[in-house]
Amino acid sequence: MTTAATARPNRSELGLAALLGVVGVVAIVDALGLTSATTTSDPVGPKAMPIAVGILLLVCAVVLALQVLRGGAAEPDAGEDIDPTSAFDWKTLALLVGFFLLNAALINQLGWVISGAIMFWGSCWALGSRRWIVNIFISLALTLATYYGFYFGLGIKLPAGILTGIL
Amino acid sequence: METLNLLMDGFSHALTPTNLLFACIGVVLGTAVGVLPGIGPAMAVALLLPVTAGLGPDTALIMFAGIYYGGMYGGSTTSILLNTPGESATVITAIEGHKMAKAGRAAQALATAAIGSFVAGTIGTALLVAVAPLVVKFAVNLGGPSYFGIMLLALVAVTAVLGSSKVRGFASLGLGLAIGLVGSDVVSGQQRMTFDIPLLADGIDIVVVAVGIFAVGEALWIAAHLSKAKTTTIPVGAPWMGKEDWKRSWKPWLRGTAYGYPFGALPAGGAEIPTFLSYITEKRLSKHKEEFGHGAIEGVAGPEAANNASAAGSLTPMLALGLPVNATAAVMLAALTSYGIQPGPLLFEEQPQLVWGLIASLFIGNTLLLLINMPLAPLWAKLLQIPRPYLYAGILFFATLGAFAVNMQSFDLVLLMILGLLGLVMRRYGLPVLPMIIGVILAPRAEKALRQSLQLSNGNPIGLFSEPVAVVCYIIIVLVLALPLFAWWWKKRHPGASGLIAEGVDQTVEVAERIGEGETVQGDMRAYLDEHGTKIRENGRPVGIATLPTKPEAPGANDGDEDRGHCPGSDARPVSASETERRQREERGRHSE
Repeated sequence: MTTAATARPNRSELGLAALLGVVGVVAIVDALGLTSATTTSDPVGPKAMPIAVGILLLVCAVVLALQVLRGGAAEPDAGEDIDPTSAFDWKTLALLVGFFLLNAALINQLGWVISGAIMFWGSCWALGSRRWIVNIFISLALTLATYYGFYFGLGIKLPAGILTGIL
Repeated sequence: METLNLLMDGFSHALTPTNLLFACIGVVLGTAVGVLPGIGPAMAVALLLPVTAGLGPDTALIMFAGIYYGGMYGGSTTSILLNTPGESATVITAIEGHKMAKAGRAAQALATAAIGSFVAGTIGTALLVAVAPLVVKFAVNLGGPSYFGIMLLALVAVTAVLGSSKVRGFASLGLGLAIGLVGSDVVSGQQRMTFDIPLLADGIDIVVVAVGIFAVGEALWIAAHLSKAKTTTIPVGAPWMGKEDWKRSWKPWLRGTAYGYPFGALPAGGAEIPTFLSYITEKRLSKHKEEFGHGAIEGVAGPEAANNASAAGSLTPMLALGLPVNATAAVMLAALTSYGIQPGPLLFEEQPQLVWGLIASLFIGNTLLLLINMPLAPLWAKLLQIPRPYLYAGILFFATLGAFAVNMQSFDLVLLMILGLLGLVMRRYGLPVLPMIIGVILAPRAEKALRQSLQLSNGNPIGLFSEPVAVVCYIIIVLVLALPLFAWWWKKRHPGASGLIAEGVDQTVEVAERIGEGETVQGDMRAYLDEHGTKIRENGRPVGIATLPTKPEAPGANDGDEDRGHCPGSDARPVSASETERRQREERGRHSE
């Protein structure tokens, strides 16, 4: 076990164990704040389930942490487009999350057609597509098509934002 | 007889123009989704959940079932032409099917996969027609205690049996249950885990959870490790089979179906185990044993049939008990719930049109799939050329659209991203997704069943054991949890007594795992393991993996360089020394559990 731990210490999984522990504690603390209304009509009450889930999570957190400390490593998911040997690409990830949240912030003001197009265009850019002029047209075509598709096909009106009255 | 009448009604409902149209859309979308990398049927159904809000529930489910079956067909096309199995269920198809394709028999491999899927799907659906009403008849009389037992069994089985690491399975389940708790308590109406955020008071919409975990999580995970290699597929004409191929295929189809259906219907049975079993069986029974590993048609026919029959099998508990046993069924159940339909045994009584229309549409969809897959396979293969930035940006785009359209709140988008990042973390650290999504769906129902049962017994825990079915479930749960302990004890008592069958399964799984990691298999499985190293067994338990440090130059592996030309993205890399160390560590890690 000792050689395994020193060979290539990857302790980042302890973060996952911590996350599990935090969720577990939150579930239990939250449950303890509930007023226990254990009457004859509901002998279990609203507390039992969250406490049980919290304990399950805490046990998992401890066991997982022990395993990681003893050198057990996770097996990341494989897939068709995944290169398991590549380093984790933080930059792409950050850009994708950024454009995603930008859309969440702008969608009601700018409207789906514009903010959705920005998101699609930005995601393509983040993922390595450099045909940026073509991509502008593709993005706008996609958002316009979905806007009208939802409106006429499903009767769902996506926010038009600053284009209200034009669309 | 009554069943047949109901089925006929179902056909007349499924053959209405609208439903037929959506069945067609479903199978086309499903095939596309199966062919495309990075998207599976579960993700496709999740992405379409919001779009179907405008459709009736029966029409939506008919489309979803088409996607589910279509995904199975499309997956085999990819594994045969590209040797990159999109999901674990098609790993075995990739072993033999890709060999056949390289030997110039791609058309026959695709044909036996498509026809075998059709045969298995049709028989599987017929079994669904026969079995589901019996299950319903048995289940309608069950009370709260039994349901609680069954749900607990499903949760434990899915968590403890699948996946290599139990603690990660249970961690995933715990997170799912915690997400399922968010919102108002059904009985007392109190807010739980809402942190006084009013938008969380009604709980997290299951659509947002499904889209976040399946679509956003997957897209982000792939983006973080996106392979830069260009994909090239083996060119192929329209699939066809000669007389000899038919002769060698029909028995494996039937045997594969026999494996697939029951395993599909069990929680944690899934599609992988029956495909492995089918492959081993066919290899043992074949008159052409020497062809296995070089493209034996039986090795494609059997596992593909098993794969599709398991899809039909998994719909049995979903419709008859409201119990999801795999990810796609779970998302379909979520769709039902979002229509306000209570899944469970009463579904057959309350929604006969929906249930039987859906079953009839499975027969129709299967036939449609055969029609669109046989002549159009070369066209489908072209889908693999889609530029990856568009594909994954598109997934994020439609995920956003879908999650936003449900409630028109940008809060849902933030929630979606949080869940997506959680999905990313889970994939990074090997937490299986299935226990989580089943946990989210079953948490409220299991809690309700628990509280009902104890209400009847005035809080006496004995009430949980008041029904025989419940007791049986608890016994199975104990067995499932105790089995690894028993196996460990057995191995200790009987060193070196690892049976041939167990070894065979071990090897198949091992090879499959490596293909999953991007290696290509050369020649026979045994030869492959001899070259690339196999687990060293000491007293019957594996203690490590012996490997050759460099790529072997053995004559059996001489077509290696051509191989790599055909299957980029799966850069056939030899098992290096550091890799060996990593594996050994993993072995120990698993062992110390």
